[in-house]
Order: sequence, then C-alpha cells, then structure tokens
Amino acid sequence: MSDELYHRKLVARARGAVGKGKLDAPDGRATIDNPLCGDRVTMEVKLADGRLAAVAHQTRGCLLCEAAAALIGAEAAGERLSDIDAAVAAAKSVVEGAPAPAGCWSALEEFGPVRTAKSRRDCVLLPFRALAEAIAAARGTTG
Amino acid sequence: MTPKKPFDPAACREEFPLLADPPGGKPMHYLDSAATAQTVAAALRAVRRHETMTRANVLRGVHFLAEAATDAYDQARRAVARYLGVADAEEVIFTGGTTGSINLLAHSFGSLLAEGDEILVSELEHHSNIVPWQMLAERRGVRLRVLPVTEDGRLDLDRLPAHLSARCKLVALTHASNVTGAIADVGRIVETARAVGARVFLDGAQRAPQGPLDLPALGIDFYAFSSHKLYGPTGVGVLWGRRPLLEAMPPFMGGGGMIEQVSFAGTRYAGIPRRFEAGTPPIAEAIGLGAAVGWAGGLDWAGATAHEARLTGRILDGLAGIRGAKVIGPAGLQNRLGVIAFTIDGLHPHDVCQWLDRRNVALRGGHHCAQPLMERFGVAGTTRASIAPYNSDADVDALLAGLDEAVARLA
Repeated sequence: MSDELYHRKLVARARGAVGKGKLDAPDGRATIDNPLCGDRVTMEVKLADGRLAAVAHQTRGCLLCEAAAALIGAEAAGERLSDIDAAVAAAKSVVEGAPAPAGCWSALEEFGPVRTAKSRRDCVLLPFRALAEAIAAARGTTG
Repeated sequence: MTPKKPFDPAACREEFPLLADPPGGKPMHYLDSAATAQTVAAALRAVRRHETMTRANVLRGVHFLAEAATDAYDQARRAVARYLGVADAEEVIFTGGTTGSINLLAHSFGSLLAEGDEILVSELEHHSNIVPWQMLAERRGVRLRVLPVTEDGRLDLDRLPAHLSARCKLVALTHASNVTGAIADVGRIVETARAVGARVFLDGAQRAPQGPLDLPALGIDFYAFSSHKLYGPTGVGVLWGRRPLLEAMPPFMGGGGMIEQVSFAGTRYAGIPRRFEAGTPPIAEAIGLGAAVGWAGGLDWAGATAHEARLTGRILDGLAGIRGAKVIGPAGLQNRLGVIAFTIDGLHPHDVCQWLDRRNVALRGGHHCAQPLMERFGVAGTTRASIAPYNSDADVDALLAGLDEAVARLA
C-alpha cells in the first residue's frame, strides 16, 4: 500500500457506501459527531447469539469516514462480538501505523496512509466508535 | 508624517520569515490567515529583544529589567491605541485573545444586566461571540436574540429594528465575518442600536488585521481582536472600551496586579486597564503585538486592500468555473474581505483541504466555529481560503489548479 491517502480503492469504497441505510427495530443505535468538522455517523445494530446479526449506518462525512463506515457495512455483519471488539482495536492501531490484521479485516490496510495525517485519524475511527457504542447500547451496558 | 511606501506584495511577503524562507524550501501557499496569520519579522524581533534583553515581570519590580519590561509593555499598549485611533491608551486592555475579551465583557458588563434584559447577536457570529452570551443568559436570565443573515451571508440589517427592544442592552456583532467575509455596515448598526439605548460591541477578529481603525469615529462602545490574526504572536488580544463604561464594570478575574489594596475586610480594585489584567499578563506577546500593529500601521493599506481585492476576485472568478462550486457569501467585492468560503458538490471540505495540502496550499475546512451559520446555509461545513497582504498570484494559481485536480480525482 502506498502512502497515497486518497488511493483509488479507498475512494471507490467510500463511494460504494455499502451498508448505508437503516435497520427495522435495531437492538442498539449510536450517533457520534466529530466536533472539529461536523461529521456525523449513526450506527444501528442487531445482535443474536453473541454475534452482530445486522448493521447499517447513516454517514455524513469525508471520504475517510465514508470508507470506514462502508468497510464496517461490508465486513461486520455475522462477526462474533469479540471479533468486532478486536476490529475496533485494530482500526485504532492501523491509523497509528500498525499493520492490518489478517482475515476479513485485512482491508483496514486501506487506512494505513492515515498514519501520516494525525488530524484525520478520527475521521476513520468515528464509524468504529459509533459501532462500538451501538453494540454497547444493544447490550444494555450504556445509557 | 513620513509618506508611506507604495504597497509592494513581494516586499511585504519578504517581511514574513515563514513565507520568505519556507520550511522544506517549497513555496508555501498560505491561505489560512483568517485562522492565524503569519508573524511579521518586526514582531519576532520585538519578542526576541524582550526575552533576551528586558525579560522581567511588569508593574511590580524596581530593578532595571522590570522598568524596561514595564516600559515596553506600556509602549505596546500605546501602539495598539494608535492603531485603533484611540487617544486614551488606558482604554486598551490586554487579554488572551478575542475569546478572552468577549468572555471578559460577558462577565463584567454582563454582571450589570438584570433578568429580562436582552443581548442581540446574529447568525453570522463565531462561536466566541455566541457561547459567552449564552452562558451569561443562563447565569442571569438575560434573553439572547438572534439577527438573521441574508442569502449572501450579510447581517440582515433591514430586520435589525424588529430585533431590538428597549430591553436590549448590548448589540454584539461581527465587524467582518470569518466565513462569508462580509463587512458590517457599522454606521447603520450604531444608529439603530442607539435608538433603543443599546451599547454596541464589535468582534474585530477579522477586520482588525486589515488596516488601522478609528474606533471612536465608528461610534461603538467595545471592540475586540486577536494578535495572532494581526501578524503578531499567539496568546494575546485586546478588548477596547470607552472609559466610563469600563470604569463602571467590575473585574472579571481576581488576583495580583488588579488591586489597589487587599485586606480581609475587603479589596479595592485598581483602575483601568489594570483591574482587568489580573496576574502576570502575556508580556512578550503584548510587546510582539505592539510591534505588529506598528508594522501594520505603516503599511499602504489602499494598495494592500486593492491587491487583496484583486486576488479575492480571481478566486471568486475561478470558483465560478469549477463544476459544483458554490460560494457562501457575497458574490462581489463590495464590502467584503478576502475570506472566501465555498462548497463543491460531492467533495467534503476536509478532503479538499487534504488534497490541496499536497500542493502546499494551506486552507481551512469545517464549520469555522460558526455552526449556526452552517445550519442556516444547510451545510455541515465549507472550505475556506483567506487572503492577507502577503499573498500572491502564485498562491491563487496553486489554489485553483489544486481544486481542479481535487474535483477530477475525488468528486
């Protein structure tokens, strides 16, 4: 992966907007704003048997934010919740320069160039934070 | 008085070390002066001179360094007063910046207000001229009223009379918008405010860097600006107010330097400006600001303003040719600064700014601390280019070429 922040794969992923929309009767929902730029992500989730049964997002953000939300839309459904927790942690590590994990979250490598743009790391992490909060809300562990 | 040298953009740029000798050796296209202007060499020299030759606290010591520091600090106050067209330098209060100035005013002037009194702000304001007044409203039951803006991002002064009542004690508006660049019609504001007996405060953060002022002639009561937008150091700003009003206001912060006498039976406060400058002030920064306004006061602003207007016109014309671009603000150059906020269909402001950064073009993207204005125009944020006298045609060329490229690659 080059250091090009806006490589074609990332732009295409953002424009693809996989998972954009709403769920009927979600178990949990979370909306997070980025106060620096006004971006906003809402994640809705359904849980079943310790797994994320379904996820949908409404994202108003930059290409990095849109691409991260689309990656979640593409990969998160069907994953064990423990794997989701690991993916959220991996996203934080990748934007700080760590290699992406193997497996279905290997596409996190698309966000590797963000390591050189510290002010943009939150753009990538906003959807992951919203996902974690939506799951926590579904589990009843947050207000 | 020595006649001013005709404005020379290249010579002006040479006065700014970061632009004259940019880091990495690549030309720096700095179009973010509305956030923080570059620091003029005269200010840097003044700060260095103070820190290496006269560093000491002010108004406290009797040793020669303290005397020299106090003298330099007082000279800076007089230099600011001259720049503002103010005869009485003690009306100039050094603060931490425009935000600090407005918070001071909201606390001290605000403490004189009664429940049900009104303060008028507008949709055009920076958060710094909204939130302190909201906090005052919560503390004292003061009512905040909001003047709308027009479609082209100006204060809607036709609606001003309807937003003012006899309970209005302060009209607090921007002198020039940090988003749309619109310059307010101060005469009309003052005339309308006076008709109901309201005082007038102007947020001069964007206007003050655009040449000397004559605040008494404007007819206003209070004015605030920041050094870091006026080619000076960060960390210092100014609140100016008319002496009788300042003298009637209680202090905002208590501490050293702002008292006449302290005992447990009670404390008598110092006169202005000291009563509003508790603690050790930003001494070096104020001295740097003094040098910055000295430099700015000597500039040929007729020439500089024409230069900036020409560059602003080039940007506005260039944006008109970019598919999906829309300017949030006045379309023409009349009564507007070189602050140009715009959106481009399908492009997020931060992606635009990031892309332009590849060409060493520094822009600002986001809500510009003006979320109510963003809401008014139905956008989450905009991209903003802002012009200062040191900008050049090369800066505009780089901006427009970068925008074309961003549209081609990202939209």
